[in-house]
Amino acid sequence: MRKLTRQLLPFGSLLLLVIALALLEPERFLTMDNLLNVLRRSSVNAILAVGMTWVIISAGIDLSVGSTLAVASMAGAWTLHQLSNTTAAVQGPEAGFLSVQVALIGTFAGGLVGVVCGLVNGALVTRLKLPPFIVTLGTMSAFRGLAYVMNDGQPYNVPGYTFLGGGSLAGVPVSILVAVGFILLGSWALNHTRLGRHVYAIGSNREASFHAGIDIGGSLTAVYAWCGLCVGAAAMIATSRTVSAQPTAGISLELDIIAAVVIGGASLAGGRGTIAGAIVGTLLIGFLRNGCTLLGISTNVQLIVIGVIIIAAAALDRAARSAAAAHGGGAE
Amino acid sequence: MITTPPIAEPRLRLRGICKHFGPVQALREVSLEIRAGRVHAICGENGAGKSTLMKVLAGVHRPDRGSIELDGRPVRFATPSAALHAGITMIYQELDLAQDLSVAENVHLGAEPGGRIALTVDRRQMLERTRDLALSYGFSINVAAKVADLSAGDCQIVEILKALRRRAAVIVMDEPTSSLGEQEARRLLAAVRRLVGEGLAVLYISHRLEEVMSVADDITVLRDGCVVQSGPRSTLDTGAIVRYMVGRELAEHFPPRRSRPGPVRVQISRLASSEGVSEVTFNVRAGEIVGIAGLLGSGRTRLARALFGISHRSGGEIKVDGRLLHVDSPTAAIAAGIALLTEDRKRTGLWLELPAFWNITLPNQRQLGMRRFVRAARELTVARSLGERLNIKWSSPQARAGSLSGGNQQKLLIARWLLADSRFLIFDEPTRGIDVGARREIYEVLDDLACEGKAILVISSDLTELFGIADRIFVMRRGRMVGELATAESAPEDVMRLAAA
Repeated sequence: MRKLTRQLLPFGSLLLLVIALALLEPERFLTMDNLLNVLRRSSVNAILAVGMTWVIISAGIDLSVGSTLAVASMAGAWTLHQLSNTTAAVQGPEAGFLSVQVALIGTFAGGLVGVVCGLVNGALVTRLKLPPFIVTLGTMSAFRGLAYVMNDGQPYNVPGYTFLGGGSLAGVPVSILVAVGFILLGSWALNHTRLGRHVYAIGSNREASFHAGIDIGGSLTAVYAWCGLCVGAAAMIATSRTVSAQPTAGISLELDIIAAVVIGGASLAGGRGTIAGAIVGTLLIGFLRNGCTLLGISTNVQLIVIGVIIIAAAALDRAARSAAAAHGGGAE
Repeated sequence: MITTPPIAEPRLRLRGICKHFGPVQALREVSLEIRAGRVHAICGENGAGKSTLMKVLAGVHRPDRGSIELDGRPVRFATPSAALHAGITMIYQELDLAQDLSVAENVHLGAEPGGRIALTVDRRQMLERTRDLALSYGFSINVAAKVADLSAGDCQIVEILKALRRRAAVIVMDEPTSSLGEQEARRLLAAVRRLVGEGLAVLYISHRLEEVMSVADDITVLRDGCVVQSGPRSTLDTGAIVRYMVGRELAEHFPPRRSRPGPVRVQISRLASSEGVSEVTFNVRAGEIVGIAGLLGSGRTRLARALFGISHRSGGEIKVDGRLLHVDSPTAAIAAGIALLTEDRKRTGLWLELPAFWNITLPNQRQLGMRRFVRAARELTVARSLGERLNIKWSSPQARAGSLSGGNQQKLLIARWLLADSRFLIFDEPTRGIDVGARREIYEVLDDLACEGKAILVISSDLTELFGIADRIFVMRRGRMVGELATAESAPEDVMRLAAA
């Protein structure tokens, strides 16, 4: 019962926020355009939150997602650039046109680079046995530098690469569909695969997992690679949305993502968290931003509001847990 | 009529203490009198209310009803520090000492004697005071040593010194000997007797009944939150206490052994490990339970770690069913059919936040026919049937493992290894911190496993236990095997002679 209320807390807050905004700004908030806009903007963060949830449940952290996003975005855009140049030479210059194959290959390249970045994190964490915080603090800087180096600090423009970020299928934005796909896959795999179980086990008690013969190194490597894949996919959506790859993309994005996952009830100590919670956390931040904008609250003040929400969420969660502990602590 | 000597007012008196947590009544009308100069033992199974009672005294929980009197005056403890100031000190099972500080620094933590310059500490005075304090109670301990370098028994002494420094009138000890070897435990019990000799009152919570019988003046038995028996030790014997604790007659602690040893299954020859195990040679037959005895630090757990591939094996051979095994990790050990139930179930055994049934099935996906994907329904069925077989008490298999009592947590781990269907099972302190009823059930499972032809190794500090269940006992000292005894033809004294020589 108490456990349920605790899990419903973030969801309830989201609901309250949406109702409040609907009452305060009915004409502008409750439009299909505005709601789809919030969801579309949240789709990148939602995909990142899926990967981050896995990492956090394993008692890890990935500070490098913002930098990885820039690297993957630049690499994907570079691929698109190279391929469209060669195809343009063959087919003659057709501004703003990308063939489906080229777009697919570019997207695939961005995802692959994300996975490689994740594998680097995973290898450093498991092989060198370094704390994930330190490893990803390092790669956060290194990957950011790499993103700058790739085109000398200049962005790549990819005209024509619009489907992922701006396209729709049956009236639903493609970015939202991709996000839903990652959410379903990530959530299903966490609950129904051996790897998912092992991630919870390692995060809950690493020593016990070792003594139970669980392949800790392999599992963690897979977790960081999966997080990298999520980042790669998010990167290509972000690239497509602005039709360009910026080496400065995603600066301090990791903090937003970690905040969303924590608001959703995951524990930074590991072993606890759900994808659903993380998505609710992401939407909470998304709607909060949207609401502030509609109500004319400046982006500067938004930062303060979000900061307060993060701390309040953690405080409520803690209060609920200690109440539960006092409740159940009697029977030894 | 015999005149009894007048008994002074109790130092601590509890009257009608009640405490509930939700629907669970943890304490009902508990009344107790604890007198200065006496050791008062509290016995009871896990869940009987011992810990709740202790936490009420410590100011952690506030009772729903009832009163506490200290030296005849009613007191109320709103916080743990209020209880501490009133003179009631707890020594918990998991000690809270600062590992990197010295004995003297720990004893004076929060009350360091000031030096001549403001905000400095007069180290020399601190050392001297600690030394005087230790001497006046007859403890021999190096007060300048770092706590991290001390034995488990000495850490208990440091906790006692801390309490004495605070001029505690009542010291409450929770299972103080659970992590101690036989010799250290005996030393601690002598220390407890010295404390009451100096006029303190000690409330002593323990599962080990022999220990309670040797140290206590008064004994109170709790069952389901009620006091079922309370009186001087002379009026009770071990059998009676057990009867009161479990509420039914336990003719014996140990079930009869039914299995008969068959051919040799496990051969260990000249095993040596990086952790200082050397020249260990022994074998275990199918259906045989072999005990390993030894003092704390004699290498019993290190031997288990070497057999399970945790520590590096620097020499020797491990053969199971005649096949030479290359065990270099727990993963390899489990794949080869070796199981290890570790001595610290919370740290190295369980996933406390995760569902109980995961703790059974998670490492055994292969046995459940699950390769990449899990099938929760199948897991639940298997967990339920194992729960029934081992009599695991849980609200449901989905309950958090941490919400189960110690005995049931241990049964989860045993269920895990039953499911793994290992050939060679190593149990390191399988009944530590577990109540009498669950203990007997665990012994029955060990016998069942032996009947199935498994080879079983039991490491234990409880010699009664080893003599109750093992066919043979090996004694370890300084990382080596120093003797082998057939339990039918020897006595605990023989083990001690070998272990302590």
